Amino acid sequence: MYEIVAFYLFSALTIGLFLVTVLSKNVLYAMTSLAAGMVLISGFFFILGADFLGAVQLVAYVGAIMALYSFAMMFFDATRDIKEKNTNPALVFLLGGLSAVVLVLMFAAPIHSDAIQALYPMHEGVGNAQDVGIILFTKYLVPFEVAALMLLVAMISGIILAGKKMDQSLTEDMSADDEILTQKDEK
Amino acid sequence: MENLVYIALFAPFASSMFAALFGMSPRQTFVGIVASSLLFISFVASAILAYHVYSTGTSIHVTMMEWISAGDLTIPFGFLVDQVSVTMMTVVTLVSTVVHIYSIGYMDHDKSFNRFFSYLSAFVFSMMILVMSDNFAGLFIGWEGVGVCSWLLIGFWYHKEDVTREENPSISPSWAANEAFIVNRIADLGMLVGIFIIYWNVGSLQYDVVFADLPNLSSSVLNAAALALFIGAMGKSAQFPLHTWLTDAMEGPTPVSALIHAATMVTAGVFLVIRANPIFSMTPEVSFFIAALGTFVAFFAASMALVNRDLKRIIAFSTLSQLGYMFAAAGLGAYWIALFHLAAHAFFKALLFLGAGNVMHAMDDELDIFKMGGLKKAMKWTYIYMGLASLALAGIPVFAGFFSKDAIIETAFNEGTYVLWAILVITAGMTAFYSFRQVFLTFHGDERYKEAGIHPHEMYKFVLIAMSPLAVLAVIAGFFMGGFQEFVTKLLPNYEMSHHTHELIWYLTAIVLVFAIGGIWLAYKKYAKGLKRDEKLENSFVYKLLANQYYIPNFYEAFITKPYAMISEMMWKNVDMKIVDATVDGIAKLIYKSGDGSRKMQTGNLSNYLNWMAIGAVLLLVVAALSAMLG
Amino acid sequence: MIGLSHYLIVSALIFSIGLIGVLRRRNLLMLFFATEVMLNAVNIAFAAISHYYNDLAGQMFAFFIIAIAASEVAVGLGLLIVLYKKYGTLDLDDLASMKG
Repeated sequence: MYEIVAFYLFSALTIGLFLVTVLSKNVLYAMTSLAAGMVLISGFFFILGADFLGAVQLVAYVGAIMALYSFAMMFFDATRDIKEKNTNPALVFLLGGLSAVVLVLMFAAPIHSDAIQALYPMHEGVGNAQDVGIILFTKYLVPFEVAALMLLVAMISGIILAGKKMDQSLTEDMSADDEILTQKDEK
Repeated sequence: MENLVYIALFAPFASSMFAALFGMSPRQTFVGIVASSLLFISFVASAILAYHVYSTGTSIHVTMMEWISAGDLTIPFGFLVDQVSVTMMTVVTLVSTVVHIYSIGYMDHDKSFNRFFSYLSAFVFSMMILVMSDNFAGLFIGWEGVGVCSWLLIGFWYHKEDVTREENPSISPSWAANEAFIVNRIADLGMLVGIFIIYWNVGSLQYDVVFADLPNLSSSVLNAAALALFIGAMGKSAQFPLHTWLTDAMEGPTPVSALIHAATMVTAGVFLVIRANPIFSMTPEVSFFIAALGTFVAFFAASMALVNRDLKRIIAFSTLSQLGYMFAAAGLGAYWIALFHLAAHAFFKALLFLGAGNVMHAMDDELDIFKMGGLKKAMKWTYIYMGLASLALAGIPVFAGFFSKDAIIETAFNEGTYVLWAILVITAGMTAFYSFRQVFLTFHGDERYKEAGIHPHEMYKFVLIAMSPLAVLAVIAGFFMGGFQEFVTKLLPNYEMSHHTHELIWYLTAIVLVFAIGGIWLAYKKYAKGLKRDEKLENSFVYKLLANQYYIPNFYEAFITKPYAMISEMMWKNVDMKIVDATVDGIAKLIYKSGDGSRKMQTGNLSNYLNWMAIGAVLLLVVAALSAMLG
Repeated sequence: MIGLSHYLIVSALIFSIGLIGVLRRRNLLMLFFATEVMLNAVNIAFAAISHYYNDLAGQMFAFFIIAIAASEVAVGLGLLIVLYKKYGTLDLDDLASMKG
């Protein structure tokens, strides 16, 4: 009962929040709703018993990635609404809707689960984190190390790319400043 | 013995490849010497094989490797050395060796000297495959191989310009080469059909299997196969109506004419009939047709030779005529006589051609016998050689042609086909006349060449020595007739004159001799003292008809070549340009247009690309879902 | 009772929302957000399948997806900053420089 309530609540909230992310004109709104949606996704993970994954979701996504976004935002002008010529909504919703319908149809179909055998079964009575640790450092050791290396490379490249010409202000452009001032004046 | 077979077969191939290495470089005498030595090795191997086959009476059968093996069809590269093929091998390699040596002298001043030897040896190799193969497929490969080499060699001086038919009946070497090749292709189609018929009904192309299976075939199948095979033979041996190419082939260098268009390749048709004698002896109607056609061609070609003025063309017509004799013999069932005449003819005809080559060499490539005369002083040995060869050709006793040709004429009598016999006897007289007309006009009488300011000279010594084996054989070959008969009739059906003919044989011989000597006497009377031109005769209709080869080349040109060219042009303009090309262009345009149209997708805007990608992904999803639902 | 299908359907819906974002948005930053949404949708599916088939491989994949997402964001944001420094905008319509 409690699980059902939690599932539907999380589902509704996540979908709503992500819709805001996708449809909002304001960057801050979009980012905030994205972060909130990710927190709720970690809720799904906890329901599903993937405790460690939920924790990682919180730490990596909400903690690291969203923080990265918010820092990056400081380089851009986040105060203004984004003006963009959105693609023809008919096409967008046709494609999105079609993919949703097809995917839902596919997933709603009954799955023949007899033939499926667990490669790395979970063990009763052992914590999820322990299980994950054992598998991650045995079967998946090489991908894990590669992923670690990849993160290191990404970090260095991020630093270098963003760090160039740090001394120049992106908003040094006087016209942009003036615009902000005039907006403030209007308020 | 097996090694000897391979040596005999592949020595010409090695020679060809060796000469081809120097194909582009300037004249090098050693190329000719090496080629000639390799051919001589081949001849020696053939001769040893011939002795082996003669002394043991057994044939040698070797299978080099599997060639085609698909389903039920297996065709090995197999070679059969028996009485018939070893005779051909010996004749071919002997004449080729002489011609190779001769060419060293004859092609002396030609800048494509090395190339010539490469082609010539390649021809010999193809000819060896033709005669040695133990199945029809190998025979066909050799058959096509000699066709290609003949094309290469007739068109050896391909750079000569086309001229009008009035000036030169065969227009140009390249034209003559193409004509020869195309006419042969037409005939080869018949040959292929024959081979297919045989394979279809027997299921094998091996001679022994096919011949063993013949009694099981219906007579219509046999007739069709025999006729189709003979059409192939008609093309290669230039029988009417496919004969025009042979005289035009005289555009090639003279050694080529001697080797290919007199001694070896053109006899391939006769060889085919002899080789496939079990088929032909079971189809009497086709055989009689062969005999009748052969007789007709013998007469028809001899009549054209009577008035021709071109030294080489006269010999070419006489080749045609002698091929007719061979077919007459083969058609009447006297296969061994046909083969014997083939061998004897190869010797004296090659000698005759090589002698003509000497004359040409001396006369700065002048071929008109009306412009020669009195050459015997300058060219004593050539005169002797050509005289001997002409005596042999005319069928004067003790010379080779007497025995072989007489046997053919007697066969015609013996079979009771008196019309054929009469025509052949008359033709013998004509043969004697035209061959001595040529000899007298060339070597006797007034020295007309002086008007043109030509200083004839005898050929190189080594060339004359090289020709001597042919001269000796032209004289003595006839004496081996009995041995030859005993030798080849181990394989070929024997043919003996009936008792009745035997009684009359002296009379028959005498009749033929009267005609032959009469022909010579007539030629002597008319031409030996000098050339007296008879305007009235030369303007008569018959003379003109003969001199223009019965207008057959003109007829072919007007009724076959030109309409064909017209149709081709029409097809090119209407069908090719408007349908085929238009279709191809249409496809190209469609692709071009669609490319041009889809270029607009490349807006450079990432968002558009993302849309396209999404459309593709969604489409794939839909397809996957649909296929999952339906499947 | 909540079954695997429920999770998968939610995942599909969220994925479609991400797809709509990708299609609709012209601003690079918003495109990044939309891709994050899609990645998360897939993660839900992995975790759910992992749970219902009692197999940890699904979770492992989710981990690596998170790792890749983190790298992608680090590099991508760096690039975005460079782009913004150069052109002063992140709108794809203004950045279209590869017209064929």
